[in-house]
Amino acid sequence: MSPVEGRRAHLLTAAAVVAFAVFLAVADRTFDAFTLRVLNLCGIYVVLALSLNLVNGFTGLFSLGHAGFMAVGAYTCALLSMTREQKELNFFLEPILPWLARVTVPFPLALLAGGVAAAILGFLIAAPALRLRDDYLAIATLGFAEIIRVILTNAQPVTNGALGLKGLPSFAGTGVVWACAAAAVLFMVLLVRSAYGRALKAVRDDEIAAAAMGIDVFRTKVVSFTVSSFMAGVGGALLGHVITTIDPRMFTFMLTFNILLVVVLGGIGSITGSVIGSFAVTILMEALRFLDGPLDLGFVRTDGRPGLRMVVFSALLMAVVLFRQRGLMGTREFSWSMLARAGLLPRAGRSGAAGGPHGAA
Amino acid sequence: MALLETEQVTMRFGGLTALSDLAIRIEKDEIVGLIGPNGAGKTTAFNVITGMNRPTEGRVRFADENVTGLGRHQISRRGIARTFQNIRLFRELTVLENVLVGCHAAIAPGVFSSALHLPGYRRREREARDLAVSLLREVGLEGNASDLAVSLPYGKQRRLEIVRALATRPRLLLLDEPAAGMNPQESLELMHLIRRIRDRYGLTILLIEHHMQVVMGVCQRIYVLEYGETIAHGDPAAIQNDPKVIEAYLGAQ
Repeated sequence: MSPVEGRRAHLLTAAAVVAFAVFLAVADRTFDAFTLRVLNLCGIYVVLALSLNLVNGFTGLFSLGHAGFMAVGAYTCALLSMTREQKELNFFLEPILPWLARVTVPFPLALLAGGVAAAILGFLIAAPALRLRDDYLAIATLGFAEIIRVILTNAQPVTNGALGLKGLPSFAGTGVVWACAAAAVLFMVLLVRSAYGRALKAVRDDEIAAAAMGIDVFRTKVVSFTVSSFMAGVGGALLGHVITTIDPRMFTFMLTFNILLVVVLGGIGSITGSVIGSFAVTILMEALRFLDGPLDLGFVRTDGRPGLRMVVFSALLMAVVLFRQRGLMGTREFSWSMLARAGLLPRAGRSGAAGGPHGAA
Repeated sequence: MALLETEQVTMRFGGLTALSDLAIRIEKDEIVGLIGPNGAGKTTAFNVITGMNRPTEGRVRFADENVTGLGRHQISRRGIARTFQNIRLFRELTVLENVLVGCHAAIAPGVFSSALHLPGYRRREREARDLAVSLLREVGLEGNASDLAVSLPYGKQRRLEIVRALATRPRLLLLDEPAAGMNPQESLELMHLIRRIRDRYGLTILLIEHHMQVVMGVCQRIYVLEYGETIAHGDPAAIQNDPKVIEAYLGAQ
């Protein structure tokens, strides 16, 4: 059916994975701190974008509450992984709850706890919110995210309020971030190809027909929302430990918007799209940073214009949306056959006919 | 004992009574027709039976169980499948995947058991694929298995809806205007298909249809609705000569 399949495709995939792992190992040792941080932000965005794509792209629920779940994950993980001294240093206005000050667990456990806390919250929010649909669901989830932010700002003895938490131990190195990103990609690929993924897409395409086929639509939505919240919580926790400081202002709607941008740019309902989008958006955001500073274009000279980068970025996004309405990938996924058809891969000795529209998964 | 029985089912939407005192009885292995002018309440009857609408009054009994008020997926899992008047296929899924969605209850996937491809899940998925492929072969769609459902021509989409419903392994199949938009040749093939699947899968069928040739050709009994009321009930010959039915369709003389 497709030019590249079976063993050869597996070999190519394995080779690509090894190559990327080697690249990461080299990058971790040779890149300067800034470049390495951008690289790791790409990995975190992969986790976050996939998590939003699971709900918005594969289940068809228009949710805008991601910043809230990330915040819960980030705070849970930070509070569990910081040492007592670090915490007491932060809470100088009002002391931290004594029992919370005493708890310190290893980072992997704290990371997991961040995800679980976000998942529990996601589950609790899902029950009432998922009775709504479309725009109403978007508004409700947006509202929940804002509520979480307000609670974080005001729960001084637990979260240190508006001051936030500083000096988070930088546990989230290249290895941890990319292990999470790889796990997220692998999980999503396996899920989307499985019967459960099929059920998610069926709910997305036609809820009434899905229910008539014996799918418990509400339950499916709740599961999708909860798993997505877990991933968002882990992503938020990683973000906190890469930046090493968190405060409630970080988790505004703008953060959700950035992730939505990645998903839409890459293609709603495409894992490959989310991965490409994560790199494109994260790298462009940094690469265009020079626009915020003083510019000398020869004929015109400007002083620093903070925000100009976002203007250019928005224009780029509009161009993508105008010319490729369904994002860079649409709902398609990467496959070696796709590369081969585009002539970017040397053909094996025995090359088959061109694949069908849905040739290789 | 009847397989399906509606007891005085009434469905009101605000001030509009879409169905009143619907009393249908269908025995196992029967093919029964439900006809009537547009807006007579036929699709509402389907919606009530499949749990999409909860009746305002009355009860629906299926296989000796009161299924009134059960969720749509619960009713599907008890063995009632349906097709839709305005085709409702999963647009972005392939033809094969559409049928596999019908096997969902049989595969019973959990989010982790299916993502991790655990052995039990893999076996059930394989069995579902075998069933789906054999069902597609049955209606001549095996050549389209990897096409997107939306890319099929209209007649094939109608057949795919029937196959997808069959994949849920129903005992009762509700067909909502299966011959709509079909030419005489396709309608004839559809009649053969309906009889064939009834015999092969031991089905009981209730169908809504405007195509009188199809209705009179395959149905053993017919219920006629008008403005939500059941105005006639009997075998095709009796229905064709019933003055009330003639009046409902052609107007008073």
